[in-house]
Amino acid sequence: MTGPASARARVTAWRPSRWSSPVIVGWAVLITFALTAGPILLAGANPIAAYGEFLVVPLTSRFSILEVLVAATPILFTGAAVAIAFRAGYWNIGAEGQLLLGAIAAAGVGAAAGDLPPIVVLPAMLLAGGVAGAAWALVPALLRVRFGIDEVVTTLLLNPVALLVVNGLLHGPWRDPVTGFPESPRIAAAAEFPAFLERSRLHLGFVIALVIIAAAWYVVARTPAGLRLRAAGLSPIGARFAGIDVSWVVFRAALISGAIAGLAGVSEVAGIQFRLTSGLSPGYGYTGIVVATLGSLSLPGVALAALFLGDLTVGASSAARALEIPSQLGAVVQGVLLLTTIGLIALRRSRGGTTRRPTLDPQAPPDPPPMGNGEAGP
Amino acid sequence: MVGGETSGPEVALELRGITKRFGDLVANDAIDLDVRRGEIHALLGENGAGKTTVMRVAYGLSHADSGEIRVNGTLVHVRSPRDAIAAGIGMVTQHFSLVRPMTVAENLALGRSGGLRLDLNAARRTAADASMRFGIRVDPDAIVGNLSVGEQQRVEILKALARDCRILILDEPTAVLVPQEVDALFATLQRLVADGLGVVFISHKLGEVRAISQRVSVLRRGRMMGTVPGTTAEGELARLMIGRPIAGDKRAAPTHDDAGGGVGDPRGVLSIRDLRVAGSHGTAVIDGLSLDVRAGEILGIAGVSGNGQTELVDLLSGMRMPLGGSVVVDGVDVTGLGPAEMVEAGVGRIPEDRHASLIPELSVAYNLVMERLDEFRRAGRLDERAINEHADRLIERFAIKAHRGDRVAALSGGNIQKVLLARVLSRDPKVLVVSQPTRGLDVGATEYVRSQLVARRTAGAAVLLVSEDLDELLDLADRLVVIYEGRIVGEMAVGDADPERLGLLMAGRGAAGGAAA
Ligand SMILES: Nc1ncnc2c1ncn2[C@@H]1O[C@H](COP(=O)(O)OP(=O)(O)OP(=O)(O)O)[C@@H](O)[C@H]1O
Ligand SMILES: [Mg+2]
Repeated sequence: MTGPASARARVTAWRPSRWSSPVIVGWAVLITFALTAGPILLAGANPIAAYGEFLVVPLTSRFSILEVLVAATPILFTGAAVAIAFRAGYWNIGAEGQLLLGAIAAAGVGAAAGDLPPIVVLPAMLLAGGVAGAAWALVPALLRVRFGIDEVVTTLLLNPVALLVVNGLLHGPWRDPVTGFPESPRIAAAAEFPAFLERSRLHLGFVIALVIIAAAWYVVARTPAGLRLRAAGLSPIGARFAGIDVSWVVFRAALISGAIAGLAGVSEVAGIQFRLTSGLSPGYGYTGIVVATLGSLSLPGVALAALFLGDLTVGASSAARALEIPSQLGAVVQGVLLLTTIGLIALRRSRGGTTRRPTLDPQAPPDPPPMGNGEAGP
Repeated sequence: MVGGETSGPEVALELRGITKRFGDLVANDAIDLDVRRGEIHALLGENGAGKTTVMRVAYGLSHADSGEIRVNGTLVHVRSPRDAIAAGIGMVTQHFSLVRPMTVAENLALGRSGGLRLDLNAARRTAADASMRFGIRVDPDAIVGNLSVGEQQRVEILKALARDCRILILDEPTAVLVPQEVDALFATLQRLVADGLGVVFISHKLGEVRAISQRVSVLRRGRMMGTVPGTTAEGELARLMIGRPIAGDKRAAPTHDDAGGGVGDPRGVLSIRDLRVAGSHGTAVIDGLSLDVRAGEILGIAGVSGNGQTELVDLLSGMRMPLGGSVVVDGVDVTGLGPAEMVEAGVGRIPEDRHASLIPELSVAYNLVMERLDEFRRAGRLDERAINEHADRLIERFAIKAHRGDRVAALSGGNIQKVLLARVLSRDPKVLVVSQPTRGLDVGATEYVRSQLVARRTAGAAVLLVSEDLDELLDLADRLVVIYEGRIVGEMAVGDADPERLGLLMAGRGAAGGAAA
C-alpha cells in the first residue's frame, strides 16, 4: 500500500517517539498550577488550599482513596486504548464513541440476562462490549489502511454519532416504561460487577483495567507483535521495508484500541450506573487522550496518569464542597494540564534541544529546520 | 603542523577545547580547530571519529560539555542554529532538514523571511537568483519531496548560501552528488572562497580532500590529531586517521580473476523482463527494462541519478509495484511482491536511503533482527537473549562501532550503513540489490564493504550494484549496463569499459552509431 503509507507519513509527522517525559509532565503540572491560580482566586479561594484539596485531601481517607480508584477506572481503560493506538501511529480520537458503544452493548446484554449466572453473563457482557467498541472503530480503521484517510477526523466525527445512538435508544425503545425517564432498564443482578470492598463503590472493573494494562504492557514490551507495533509507529517506512505489514499492524491496533475503550463502557454500566444513561461518560474517551499523553504512551505511565487524574477528579469535587468553588474548576485544571503538556512537547520539538534528534522517518527532518516552523514568525 | 594557537585576523571560526560526551563515550575530546577566511578546511576521520558531532556543536544543534567558539575573534554563545546563523555560520547536515511537502522556493524562504507573510513570487525570484549566483541548478517550483537525494542536497547547500553565511560547514556534501555535480560544487566553492568565505568540508574521499582543501584537520576517536597542509600525501593522511598507513593502493580492489563460475547460466538468478515502473508522478520512470544477473556475478548499473535507479531498487526491495513486466528470482516469479516476500525469496536489499530502511529510534539489536522476528521468539515472547547474542556477533563481525542497545539514530553515518549491511548479509541472500553501498563510509569501511560484496559474489550470489561512483563500478563489477531514462542503453564487460564511452551512454548518446537509444 504505497500511496496511503506515504501520504500518511506527512500527516503524522508527529511521531509517538520522544512523546513526553516525566520532566515535561512535572513542568506541566507546575505551570498548570500557576496558570489556574487566577481562576481559583477569582472563585474566591486560596490557590494553595485549593491544590491541597485537589491533590492531597483525596488521599487522606479510606473512602476517598477508593473513590480515586473508582474515578481512575474508566480512564485506565481509555488511556490504555489511546496509548496502544498512538504507539502504532494510529491517532484514535474516538475512544469516547467506542466507549459508548461498549456501554450500549453491556446494557443490552445485562438487561437481557434474566436468571443466567454471573459466570455466563459477565464474560458475555465484556465480550459484547469489546466487540461493539471494536466495531465502532472498524470503519475509520479501514478507511485509513485502505485509502489513507486521516483517522483523526473520522474517529472524532463518530463520537457525537455514538452519543446520538445512545440518545436515540434512550428516547426510543429503551425509555423507562414506568417513569418515562430516558434511562435503559436496570441490568440484571447477575450482570453487576461485584463490589469487593465494604462501603465502597470500587468494583471488578478496576481489576479488569489493571489486568488489561498489564497484558498490554507485556504484549507491547515483550512480544514480537509488540515490537512490530512499536516499529510501525516509530517509522512506518522502515517497518514496511523490514517486511512488517504496517497496514495490518495498524488495523489490528485500531480495533484492539476500540475494544478496550468499549470495555470502559461495560465497566461503567456494570460497575457504577447499572443502566445506560446519556450522562454515562463525562468525556472519559477524551480524558483517555490526556492520560495517554501524560503517561508518555507507556502503559505503566498510563496507570500512573490515570490515578493522578482520578485523584484530581475526586479532589475537584471535594474542593468544590470545602471551598465553595465551582466543581468545573477540576475540569479546567485538567484541560490546562493537557494544553500545557502538549505545548511543552511542541516547544521541545521546535527548539532542537540538547540531544541529537533522531531521524524518525525520512519525512521528518532529523534536525529542526533552523528557521522554520515557530521561528519563522516575528 | 600548521594552525594552532594563533588567532590572527584571518581566522573566521575558532573552536577551543570542545568536549562532548554521550554517556561514557567521549565523542569529542578537547578539540581545537580554526578555519580561516578564504580557505577550504577539510575535516577527516574514520566513521564515528566525531566529525559530525563537533560541527553540530559549532552550528548549535548540540551543546558541548565544555569549550568555546569564536567567530572573527569574538566569543559567541551558540545555543541554537539561529545563533549560529546570526554569527554567520551555515551548515548543510549529513541528513537534510528540508520541509518535504514544500517547494524549493518555499524552503529557501523559510530560512530568511522575517515577517509573517510569505511573498511567494519574491521567494521564487530569490531562489532562481541564488541558483544563478551560486551556479547550483534547482527548479524553484519543484516539490522537495519529489527531488532525488542529490537534488535535495543541492537545495540544502543553496539554502545555507542564501543566508549569507561567512562560514559554511558541509558534512559529506559530495557523498550524494554525481561526479559532474561534484565538479560544479567545487567550482562554486572555489569562487565563494575567493570572496572570503571559510568552508569546513567533511569527506571520506581523500582524492577530493587533497584536490580542494588548503588545510586538513584529522580526527581520530574524538581527538584532534593535527592540522596539515592540503597537499599532504594520502598515505600520511590515512596514517593520521587510523594510526597506520593503508596497505598499498587506496583502492585495495579485488581482482576480477577470482570471480566464481557464473557464466554457465544463460538466464540469471535475477531476471527482469520488460519492466515498467511508475515514479512519484505516476508516469513510467522505468520503461521496458530487461536485465539478468547471474550467480557469482556483480552487475554494475551506471547512470546519472534520476534515470530510474531509485525506482528499480525500490521495486526489487518490494517497496514499489510495477506497472508491467516480470521479475524472477531463482526461478520464482516475484513480480509485484512486497518486502517480506522479497526477503523470503532470497533478496538482500541495501538501498541508498539507509534511514528509511531501518527504524532509527529502535536499538541496533532490534534493527538487526527486524526482518526475521519470528526466528527470535521463544514461548511467544521476544527472545532477548538470542537477539542480544545475534547483535553482539554481527557487531563484532562487521566492526560496527556501537553497543547493541544504542538507538540506530545515535550512530555515525557509516555505522548506520554497517548495521543495514550486517542485517542483510547475515542472511546469505541469493540476490543482493545494493545502491551506493559505500556512500559516506570511511576508507577502511569502504574497503570492508567492497570486500564483503565481492565475497558474496564469490560465494555465488548475484549482485546488482547501483552506484554513481564510476570508479567503484569499474573496480567491483564484472559486467556493466548503463541505464538511461528507465532503459538499459548499453552493456559491456568491465574490461572493455572506457570512461568516455560510458559517459556518452550515460548522457543518452548511443554508443557506436551515435544515435540515442
Ligand atoms: N546523540 C548521540 N547519542 C549517543 N552517541 C552519539 C550521539 N551522536 C553521536 N554519537 C556517537 O558519537 C561518535 C561520533 O559520531 P559522529 O557522528 O560525530 O561521527 P562521524 O565522524 O561524523 O562519522 P561518519 O563519518 O560515520 O559520519 C559515534 O560513536 C556516535 O555513535
Ligand atoms: Mg558524520
